[in-house]
Amino acid sequence: MSKSITVRYFALFRENAGIGEERVDSDAQTAGDLFAELKHRHGSGEPLGHCKVAINDEMSDWDAPVKDGDTVLLFPPVAGG
Amino acid sequence: MQISSARIDPDALRRELFDHAAGAYVSFEGWIRNRNEGHDVLRLEYEAYDVIAVKEGGKLIAEAHRKFPFLQAHCVHRTGLLELGECAVWVGVSSAHRDEAFQACRYIIDQVKVRLPIWKKEHYVDGHSGWVNCERCAAHG
Repeated sequence: MSKSITVRYFALFRENAGIGEERVDSDAQTAGDLFAELKHRHGSGEPLGHCKVAINDEMSDWDAPVKDGDTVLLFPPVAGG
Repeated sequence: MQISSARIDPDALRRELFDHAAGAYVSFEGWIRNRNEGHDVLRLEYEAYDVIAVKEGGKLIAEAHRKFPFLQAHCVHRTGLLELGECAVWVGVSSAHRDEAFQACRYIIDQVKVRLPIWKKEHYVDGHSGWVNCERCAAHG
């Protein structure tokens, strides 16, 4: 059954998507599935390992499950300092 | 750990780490430089996701404390538009002896750079701009 997931895009992903946040209906099982499903939005050709993901404000892994009602934050490669 | 859009004042931050048990204090300041990877840089723009940056920053400072027991440590990272020469990140550590202060300071800045959700966009003298470390993100061209 399709899940309703809130997705937030940051930095270049937000610029590519043209939007900071949206709700999507998805059949994705994991955060990695969702990232692949939304490639047309975030536009990333980066290997998944270069990007990061957080679910409900906790850093997570790409193989973590996504559930109905989750907020998934998609982070491009970080560059602090 | 603090994320701030206000100018960093290293002297004020340093005073907060004063401790009579401390025989050493080490700090690191990251400054905005005028060149990166062959481009002449005009200014930088930092973006952070504060909620997680502060939480993860606290975790990595705690890790540093377990590895190199210091007395006090703090880190501040800027957001917003920064001009050349401005301080983008500050780390300070006080400890009984210098070894812990040097090592903890190094650990904290290295981890901040690779773990925290912070991004920087370089604005170049030629009018172009680009997100650092994101050369393959822009599939839309």
